[in-house]
This record gives sequence, structure tokens and C-alpha cells, in this order.
Amino acid sequence: MSIFIDQSTRLLVQGITGRDGSFHAKQMMAYGTTVVAGVTPGKGGQRFEDSVPVFNTVADAVRETRANTAVIYVPAAVAASAIFEAADAGLELIVCITEGIPVLDMTRVLPFVHERGARLIGPNCPGLISPGKSKVGIIPGNICEPGKIGVVSRSGTLTYEIIHQLSTHGMGQSTCVGIGGDPLIGTNFVHCLTAFEADPDTAAMVMIGEIGGTDEQQAADFVRRNVSKPVVGFIAGQTAPPGRRMGHAGAIISGSSGTAAEKMQALEKAGIGVMKRPADVVPLLKSARI
Amino acid sequence: MNLHEYQAREILRRHGIPVPPGEVATTPAEARAIADRLGGKVVVKAQVHAGGRGKAGGVKLARTAAEAEAHAKAILGMTIKGLTVHKVLIAPAAEIASESYVGIIVDRASQRPVLMVSPAGGIDIEEVAAKTPEKIHRLAIDPRYGLLPHQALTLGFTLYTDVKQARAAADIMQKLYVAVYAVGASLAEINPLVTTPDGSVQALDAKIAIDDNELERRPDIAALRDPTAEAPEEVAAREAGLTFIKLDGTVGCCVNGAGLAMATMDLVKYYGGEPANFLDIGGSSNPQKVVSALRIITSDPRVRVILFNIFGGITRTDDVANGIVQATRESSLKVPMVLRLTGTNQELAVEILTKAGFQALTDMDEAVKQAVALAKGKAA
Repeated sequence: MSIFIDQSTRLLVQGITGRDGSFHAKQMMAYGTTVVAGVTPGKGGQRFEDSVPVFNTVADAVRETRANTAVIYVPAAVAASAIFEAADAGLELIVCITEGIPVLDMTRVLPFVHERGARLIGPNCPGLISPGKSKVGIIPGNICEPGKIGVVSRSGTLTYEIIHQLSTHGMGQSTCVGIGGDPLIGTNFVHCLTAFEADPDTAAMVMIGEIGGTDEQQAADFVRRNVSKPVVGFIAGQTAPPGRRMGHAGAIISGSSGTAAEKMQALEKAGIGVMKRPADVVPLLKSARI
Repeated sequence: MNLHEYQAREILRRHGIPVPPGEVATTPAEARAIADRLGGKVVVKAQVHAGGRGKAGGVKLARTAAEAEAHAKAILGMTIKGLTVHKVLIAPAAEIASESYVGIIVDRASQRPVLMVSPAGGIDIEEVAAKTPEKIHRLAIDPRYGLLPHQALTLGFTLYTDVKQARAAADIMQKLYVAVYAVGASLAEINPLVTTPDGSVQALDAKIAIDDNELERRPDIAALRDPTAEAPEEVAAREAGLTFIKLDGTVGCCVNGAGLAMATMDLVKYYGGEPANFLDIGGSSNPQKVVSALRIITSDPRVRVILFNIFGGITRTDDVANGIVQATRESSLKVPMVLRLTGTNQELAVEILTKAGFQALTDMDEAVKQAVALAKGKAA
């Protein structure tokens, strides 16, 4: 098993004819993801790569293809609207890769998505991959190996670095989820850890956090109370100065809260093995005897 | 993007919030003319993106126009927390009966805009939160309905017992909420919200931060950016499409991805070095970005080594390698480089760099160790 996506994932790509959307749609198809539809308003009736039907609206695509998951590659200016549309069409899982959505837009998007019972991953995230089964987003398939480690992260390339460490040391992954670097996101650490705890094929978890907010502290508290499987964690931004946005909109230390030190302490208190550097992930997991 | 106080006041005024008069001066003579026009006592306030202006000597009371001119002369050009003051706000010295706080931020935990009010105004709200948290009243606003009148009035009564004043405060809160969505603010604060001896309620000082993601669709707000109020390297980086933050160390860092960039800085520290900067070249492999990145990093004379850490996912490492070769051909570097490239097309990247006479590494720890050693060797 795995979490959120597997062989039953029937994927719809919003923005499939755009520069990013078309590139990544091909990558996902090459990986073996079942891409059943694309959506680009005005290009309904076309076929992408001579195979995937393109529709004008998400509702049309869902009706015709029974898609159950959407991935969004449209520009930031229309990305909030794309999430609304996907949730309105009844999709269960919506993965928004797009970076740069105004946070005030997200204050309106999130309750809408929640009311319709959909799960949103992102925005501003690399998506997710269940190695050997399905890939939704942009995580490079070639660095992943099937296995028993669940990975959840707020970052992109840092996640790849840690997946790479795992794969080269024979530790494959059940699912790797990039939850995104924005202050308001649809799926947080606790949601992913809950799913990994319930997944019989996940033996241990790696959580990769960063400065800003209190998501990691809440996750630590959740792990202490509800997680029986070993968890190791990393927090990026130990050298980040307060008050400066470190690239991600969410990576900012405000006042005295959201620092790496505070988060690392919270993880340690919860019995989570804390990495001092990315290369510690393998030895820490080995010491947890998984 | 932070706005200056005078810009924030203007936004509040446009949304119908009562703000006392005031004008901006860039020279002492202008300051004097404004003080003359306003008449009476005035306050001369430094316009910089830094807190603690008062403590730093950036806020002064002037009894006469001549005094305003003298204060402006002293404040203009002074440095507050590393930032030079280029503008001062001249405003009448208000007679104040009480000071409160009203602010709206987007709260990550509730995923809603949260209105915060406190009768303890005029000081840093974080200090109030730490010392007397019971003096802060919070309300998470449902963005589908906005700030409802009864909610605002309830909070108004936490500030004032007089119904007229409570209503005036509630009206200001509702207008502030509208302003937040209208300008795309991630933070909007009125501190202090004052009552004057005649009983009126006014926004004396304001602070607004705009969500950078809003700027593209709000050119009028984007035009409020004051590049003279920011570090020049950071302005250059933004224009080149890079995210750059200057730090005090000697190891220049050039990384793709914000999380990996932070982790790289942390690893530099772990191995005993000090990072000179945060720099995310983003997902693009455009060689021009590498050229710009190198120029910005090397403009800092303290940088003794440049460390590249590239994990190619979507970014092709051979593209970055070509960028490095091109950049160093255009202008020779005075400091050594340590290059680490892993991921998509890494064999090609190593080949390109080796041919150009560079050594390319694939292990992150190894690269950081080498960079730190080089930075120390040169420093010794």
C-alpha cells in the first residue's frame, strides 16, 4: 500500500497544454501514472500526445473519464480558480504545484475545498509519489525506490536530497509527499503522519520541516500521542535570521516563534530522532531498527 | 513587501479611516515648510523598514518649524538597524487621551485572517503578548462573511466603554479588514489607535506589509516599493529573478530551492563555517541566472569561497554547469569555487565542468567541508 495515490489513481492535469503542464504530464505518463484527462479552456476536443483527451472544463473531464485526482500546473494568477473548479467537480484529491498564490486567496479556497470533502495538497509543492505505482507532481521518479519509508516535507529539492540518501542506502519509500512551502496549505504534517501510521506498508516516517509557523510542533505533539512507528525529523533554517522570508512564503521567523531550535526541541521531546544534517537520515532510521 | 508608515497611512485614509494629517519630506527645508503649513508642534518621524525607530532616535518632537528642520537634518541620513533614512514624516503632535492596538494578520493555524485588538497600545504587540496576554482579544474572521458588525462592536467595547468610541473603533476595524483584502496585505496594524481629548478615535501610526504574491496583479501597490529602503544586493537579486538574503559570513552559497538553500547554510555552520548569504536560483536552468548570482555573491568583499549546491530534479545539472562555465568566462573570479551537482544529467555536468578545468563533486557534505576549509585557509 501507500498513501493518497496508487495504481487506482486516475489523474486529470489542469493546464496540460502549458509549458510546465505538458512537460510534467509526459514525465508522469512515462513513470506509469494513469493520466486520463487534461483540461485547458478552449482546447476541448484535442488530444495530448495523441492519447489523452483534453476538455474545456474539469466537470466535463470528470464526467467523461472518471478522474479522481487533479494536478494543477496553471499560472499563479488563475491557480486559486483552478482549485475551486477541481473541488466543485467532486475530485477527491487535488494537488496544486503552482507557486505564488496570494495567501488571501487561500483563505477563501481552503474552506471551499474542505466543505466539498476534497483533500488539497499544496499549493507551492512538488506533489507526491508512491514509487513504482504512481507519481503526481514533479518529484523526479528516478531518485525514488519502492519501500517502507514514508516521507513528508515542506520543501522541494531538500526532499530530493533526503530521498536520494534513502534510495542509495537501500531504503525505499512507500510514499513521498511534498506538502508545500506556503503559510496556508491544504494538507499538513499531521494529516500525512496519520495516513502513514494507518498504512500497513509504511514502517517508519521521515518529516522534513523548516522555520516558520508551528506545524512541526503540532506534528511532534501528535507523534507523541498517536504514532507507534519510528519517526525521524529534520528542520531547515538553523542559520536563518529572524524576520526575513527565506524563499518560501511560509519560511519566516516572526518574533521569537518559528525558529529551528524551538522546532528541533519539540521533535526531540516527542521522541523523534532529530537529524543535524540531511546525511543523518539513514543512520537514524537504522538505529530505530526498521 | 513592507510599506512605509506614510504609505500605510494613505491606504487607511483612502479606506475612510480617520488619520491625522501629515506629509513626507526628503530634505530639511521641505520638513520646515510642512511644519509651517501644519502649524504648532509637530513630530518628525524617520521612514524606514525597521522597528524601534523611537529608541534609535528616529522620532523627535519639534515645537517650531525651525526645530523640525533641525530634527529632519539629524534624522535624514542616519542609519537605523543598517538602513539609511531617506524620508521623514512630519505630522502634528497629537494630544492623546488613550492608546490602543488594532491589527489583522493571516493566521496559519486557523487559516483565516485574525483580528487582534488590545487596550495596551503604543508598544510592540509582541511584548504585550508575552507579558500580558490577557490584554489581547483575538477573533478569527470567516472570509465568506467578512467582519460582521456585531463582532467588530464587541471588540470595540473591549477598548472603550463609551458607545460612540466603541462604534468608531468597530467602524475602523471593518474598514481595516476591507483594506487588507483590497491591497493584498499579509499584515495591517494600527498602533496606536488613539482617542484625543475631544473624544475622537484616530489611527496615529500604521504598518502594512503586502504579500509579495499580490504584487503582480496590483501594479498600483507594487509601485509603492521603495528600493532605496532595501539592501542594494537584494534589489539586484530580485531584478534578476533570484531570492537573496545577505548574511555576515564568508561562504557564499548558490543553491536551487529554498529548503535546500537553508539546509546548505546550516551545514556550512555545522562544519564550522559561516554562510555569507541565502541564495535560491530557483527551478530555472537559465545560465544568465547563474551569471547574475555569481555577480551578486562576489560583490560582497567578505566572501572567500563560493559553494554551489545543485540537486537536479527539474533543473538539469548540465544547464547549470554550462551557466557556471559561461559566467566564469565572462568575468574571472577572485575567489575559489566548490561545485556540487547531483541528479538529472549529473554525468554530463561533471564532464562539462571537468573539461573547463573545474572539479565537480556529487556529495553535499564533502562539498561543504571543502568550502569551509577554503574559507578558513584564506582567512588565516
